[in-house]
Amino acid sequence: MSSKYTEDHEWITVDGDIATVGITDYAQKSLGDIVFVETPEVGSAVSAGDEAGVVESVKAASEIYAPLSGEIVETNADLEDEPSKVNTDPTTGGWMFKIKMSAPSELDGLMDEDAYTAHVEGLE
Amino acid sequence: MNTPSTTLLKTPLDALHRELDAKMVPFAGYDMPVQYPLGVLKEHEQTRSRAGLFDVSHMGQAYLKGPDAIAALETLVPGDLDGLAADGVRYTLLTNDKGGIIDDLMVSKYEGDLFLVFNAACKEQDIAHITQGIGERAKLEVIEDRALIALQGPAAAEVLTRYIPAVRHMEFMTIAKLRWGGTSCIITRSGYTGEDGYEISVPAEDAEDFCRILLSEEEVEACGLGARDSLRLEAGLCLYGNDIDQTTTPIEAGLTWVIGKRRREDKGFPGADVIIPQIADKPEKRRVGIRPDGRAPARAGTEITDADGNTVGMVTSGGFGPTAGGPVAMGYVPFDMAAPDTEIGLSVRGKILPAKVAKMPIVPHNYYKG
Repeated sequence: MSSKYTEDHEWITVDGDIATVGITDYAQKSLGDIVFVETPEVGSAVSAGDEAGVVESVKAASEIYAPLSGEIVETNADLEDEPSKVNTDPTTGGWMFKIKMSAPSELDGLMDEDAYTAHVEGLE
Repeated sequence: MNTPSTTLLKTPLDALHRELDAKMVPFAGYDMPVQYPLGVLKEHEQTRSRAGLFDVSHMGQAYLKGPDAIAALETLVPGDLDGLAADGVRYTLLTNDKGGIIDDLMVSKYEGDLFLVFNAACKEQDIAHITQGIGERAKLEVIEDRALIALQGPAAAEVLTRYIPAVRHMEFMTIAKLRWGGTSCIITRSGYTGEDGYEISVPAEDAEDFCRILLSEEEVEACGLGARDSLRLEAGLCLYGNDIDQTTTPIEAGLTWVIGKRRREDKGFPGADVIIPQIADKPEKRRVGIRPDGRAPARAGTEITDADGNTVGMVTSGGFGPTAGGPVAMGYVPFDMAAPDTEIGLSVRGKILPAKVAKMPIVPHNYYKG
């Protein structure tokens, strides 16, 4: 299935009941050089809208919110040593965490690619 | 970023910043470039490895004129200005009666007068304070028609020498009036990055041409306030309003060296009765460098804890140090915790992260030694 997006510039891809989350190219460009990523703890439960992590650029810290409810099942360990992957490869190698969804219907509330593109255009 | 740009002051280089596609932000009442498309990280590295060009025209520039100017200004600062060489530049402080710091500034002896450069955010306040403090003894002439450009980095001397040969052998912390073609420049060999380099005061109408020429050199890239901040942080240099302010004394700030030997004896500056005893008695708190053990940056305002988790101080500047290769910070801790390698904690997002007091500068200075 294709990617979903949030207003906070996160992307979500879904494989079965597992959702992978990262930030969009627009987000990484706005943040600038990323120097630190804090991912949530594996095993922790999150509700949609919860603070789930932090991305720090040279300029400032920005929160990452859980786009969906569920359990954190995996985080991207590569980002510990190479946070700049979020800049260079935001939508694949720069993924941040995976959620085992407890309420997949929440996906219906997220934007599809066209809606997100329009959302970004509205910001520019 | 949403502040209407019409309410902000513009520097003489505003059009050039926009042409170079800078990201502009409000800073001290000015619309200033925080970064160019190169980005903060690469602009920082550029300045450490080659040369960065910074617009610092928002800073205040002034002459202090009159035969009594030096003695008059000495009543407001702890620096020995009288002992400064005829072309010398000195970093000094305006102090208040409680020993706090009103601003930090550069004072140069220049053609028989003094040339001052002070912080943008403190401009009006400094002008009022100096004018009132010196009374009729000297005349403060604020310079409104000159830009100020910093060319910083190991290649700065080579680049600027191509246009103004006399800059090559200027000593560190000296000033010279030199011509670039028909343009009169006031040049100091100084800066705010820890690197060799110059700050160049040029007439506003020539500033853009001057910058275009420098930017045409392959060693030079335009750099914004973002890189300027990470460079000065690694170099252990204070940002007024963050690391020093009206409540911190020069001794607490680790700036004891700015107090001239003669001035320790004459005590003829505001707050001397607070400041001078702290030299011997040691202050309660001290500004220190900080290296977090992990990768998470600790920003200004982060609480510092001791080994038992008690809050003992605060980070005043912090972020990522590209040259240090990790997070760097500075802040205030109790005097007995100020020794390098002292283990401290940083309260970041509800967790106490281990860190150590670090010797400053965190990245060694690379000033010109002749």
